[in-house]
Amino acid sequence: MAKEKKGVRLEHISKIYQDPKTKKNFYAVKDTNLEIEPGSFVTLLGPSGCGKTTTLRMIAGFESPDEGEIYLGNEPINALTPNKRDTAMVFQSYALLPHYNIFDNVAYGLKIRKMPKDEIKRRVTDILALVGLEGMESRMTNQLSGGQQQRVALARALVMEPGVLLFDEPLSNLDAKLRVTMRTEIRRIQQRAGITAVYVTHDQSEAMALSDKIIVMEKGLVSQMGTPQEIYYHPKNKFVADFIGDANFLEGKMVRHEGDVGIVDINGTEVKVAEASNVADGADTTVVLRPESTMLRDEGYFPVEVVVSNFMGAYQLYHVMLGNVKLIIHEYNPKDKKIYGAGETAYIDFAPGDAHCI
Amino acid sequence: MDSVLMDGHVTLKIFQRIFTDPTSNFPTAITNTLRVGFVVGILSTIIGLLFAYVEVYVRMNKIAGGLFKVVSMLPVVSPPFVLSLSMIMLFGKAGLITRFLLGIYDNDVYGYWGIVIVQTLTFFPVCYMMMKGLLKNIDPSLEEAARDMGASRMKVFTSVTLPLLLPGLGNAFLVTFIESIADFANPMIIGGNYNTLATTIYLQITSGYERENATAMAVVLLCITLAMFAVQKYYLESKTAATLTGKASRARMLIEDKSVTIPLTILCALAAIFVIGMYVCVPIGALFPTWGYKLTPLTFKWFGQVFQRYHGLKAFKDSFVLSLIAAPITALLSMIISYLVVKRKFKGKGFIEAVSMLAMAVPGTVLGVGYIRGYSQGLFHTGALSFLYNSAAILIIVFVVRSLPTGTRSGISALRQIDKSIEESAYDMGADSFKVFMTVTLPLIKDSFLSGLVTAFVRSITAISAIILLVTPSFLLITVQINEFAEKGAFSIACAFATILILITYGAVLLMNLVMKFFGTSRKLKEED
Repeated sequence: MAKEKKGVRLEHISKIYQDPKTKKNFYAVKDTNLEIEPGSFVTLLGPSGCGKTTTLRMIAGFESPDEGEIYLGNEPINALTPNKRDTAMVFQSYALLPHYNIFDNVAYGLKIRKMPKDEIKRRVTDILALVGLEGMESRMTNQLSGGQQQRVALARALVMEPGVLLFDEPLSNLDAKLRVTMRTEIRRIQQRAGITAVYVTHDQSEAMALSDKIIVMEKGLVSQMGTPQEIYYHPKNKFVADFIGDANFLEGKMVRHEGDVGIVDINGTEVKVAEASNVADGADTTVVLRPESTMLRDEGYFPVEVVVSNFMGAYQLYHVMLGNVKLIIHEYNPKDKKIYGAGETAYIDFAPGDAHCI
Repeated sequence: MDSVLMDGHVTLKIFQRIFTDPTSNFPTAITNTLRVGFVVGILSTIIGLLFAYVEVYVRMNKIAGGLFKVVSMLPVVSPPFVLSLSMIMLFGKAGLITRFLLGIYDNDVYGYWGIVIVQTLTFFPVCYMMMKGLLKNIDPSLEEAARDMGASRMKVFTSVTLPLLLPGLGNAFLVTFIESIADFANPMIIGGNYNTLATTIYLQITSGYERENATAMAVVLLCITLAMFAVQKYYLESKTAATLTGKASRARMLIEDKSVTIPLTILCALAAIFVIGMYVCVPIGALFPTWGYKLTPLTFKWFGQVFQRYHGLKAFKDSFVLSLIAAPITALLSMIISYLVVKRKFKGKGFIEAVSMLAMAVPGTVLGVGYIRGYSQGLFHTGALSFLYNSAAILIIVFVVRSLPTGTRSGISALRQIDKSIEESAYDMGADSFKVFMTVTLPLIKDSFLSGLVTAFVRSITAISAIILLVTPSFLLITVQINEFAEKGAFSIACAFATILILITYGAVLLMNLVMKFFGTSRKLKEED
């Protein structure tokens, strides 16, 4: 069913809003450049108010950029209204038409294209089978569960065979279990249809599970763009490191490099960090450590005081104090390991390859 | 504008005159109006609150619940002066209750207390509906928290419920106040020598031919209502919204304590039965041979006379046709206005919204005076459009203007309920804005459109205050007829007219419900729930 796959390109896009209270203008999205590959699944990830939804709505055409140009494939689309754009959106509220049944909801766009009736019927039936709603054509939208409504919204967008499929936090109204099921489903269907997808979410695990590429946004700017692995293991800054998973930050100073390995002075102790070519000798730096790569041992780099020690099943959770900095440690598979209790003293250790400098 | 123009000069002399001239009785009329409005406002709010509280908080049996529903429906379908009629017939000099049951022969219902009682009974259902909406929005957990901390039911009511409601109570008071001082029909029929602003203006025009005076008085009346409306709209409504955020998180535990429910239910049920009884009195009154003297055998002769001697058919035809023309115009206009206000951004949008809301506060009498001054000698004395005066068109225009604000208001709220993304999704799938409007927006507001249509019709056919000043002998309107007969004391004929009118309006409402059931959007949604 895939026709031509289209990429999306944003060139120097800015969107300016006015604060209703202070009457001051501010950038919802500022000078953003994005390149979305044809057929890829890209997630716009960030806290609320970071400009991700605004960006998506600019691609759909519901907002027009104040600066810059948006391309769909090679065609500039700024001047096109949403109904003329080769995009289809799945809304957060699903936005199913309450006065139509499932079939008519899915067929709506095809009817507007004046497609022949039997063709419409064939396509709608096919797509409803793809999303697992066969036989429900004549139901009204309010007779469906949240997950089913979600599937209708997806089918309605897919049936248009758009160049780009847009998702605006489509799973945020579902319960936690269903969210996990549906995101696997969405990924499966996108892969089968081979369609380009842009997906907005504030849920980092959703972004990880779905995407070929994640774009982390903060305050209208792109913080980092990369595969889930790049974003997780090599966050470029504190914001990204903190937003994706948990992170421990150790402030220090770069002493010298030994090849690629950097030697960082933290509170008078020299630690080894495998990847540190981005920081010059003598510069202040922050060492990022994921909780599951941080170890609590009888000897190591720094002495810390354990303040929380909880058994979580899959891991032992520690909160420890290094001076007045709190660190989080996940000791996985804790069954046969030494467990430190609250109030005890232990040492922090980590492998050079598990840390990196920002 | 005419009030300050005299012999071509701008002057405030007329205002001076109406305040000093003893024959115009203007200062008395102002105090009278305000006194009535104040008392009616307070009484209606209290009774309305009582009814709403009982409905929302107390477990009731089905019969009492049904009574409540009828009470909330009645003022919608009945013409404005029905209660005055039945008040006179039940409690007047020849009243059914006063004379035949109690043997009192000279009970005087005319005047201040007559107006107060009748208006309270007419307007309290409005307060009741308003308070009901507010009470339902109070999160029960707030009150449960107070109970949990040891407050008695009474204490919960005075320390939690009442403070939360306070802005809403003020709101209800002002709305009733505005309605009361703008009311024309009731003071006219039951006021006796007790003149309010609305009736004084009417008398100035019909008997004194003092159009300048009337205009100046109308301006004063308009100022009072507009000021009240401004307070209500911009001050109280924002406060109400602030205190009652969010919806009730879950259903309220209804009060089942018999010592509370039984007296409250009985009290309200009695009041409801009393009100309903007064409405029922009208059709029954039309069946008695001579009201107050000869009660049997029941007869249809008055209904016969309506059509044979008093041009009833023409009156109904005129009223019916004019309202029928006005209704679709109103409904369509109000939908267009509300669509523009809600969905479009353009210059002057705030202005349009404000004007369409402010128009609610314009008393009918003021509107009538305005149209007379405006059109009887052509548009502002220029002669332009003077053909409108004395034509059907002007009546239709007045009908439309009178019901436009309510229609617009319900249209706006219906449109605001449609999630923006529903229309966006249609747009996204390739429909242009016209197509979106036709296939998505319009079907979703169909119910609101229909009810707007019927409301406009009912309001038009029961309207009196604005048109009584404009109507000319070439048109006979039912409401005007009823008013005339009631003034003359021919209550049986008035009742017969009123009965048929109620039947028409009730029929219209029934028809609307039927149409909605078969064609409305809500049908499909509900049916398969």
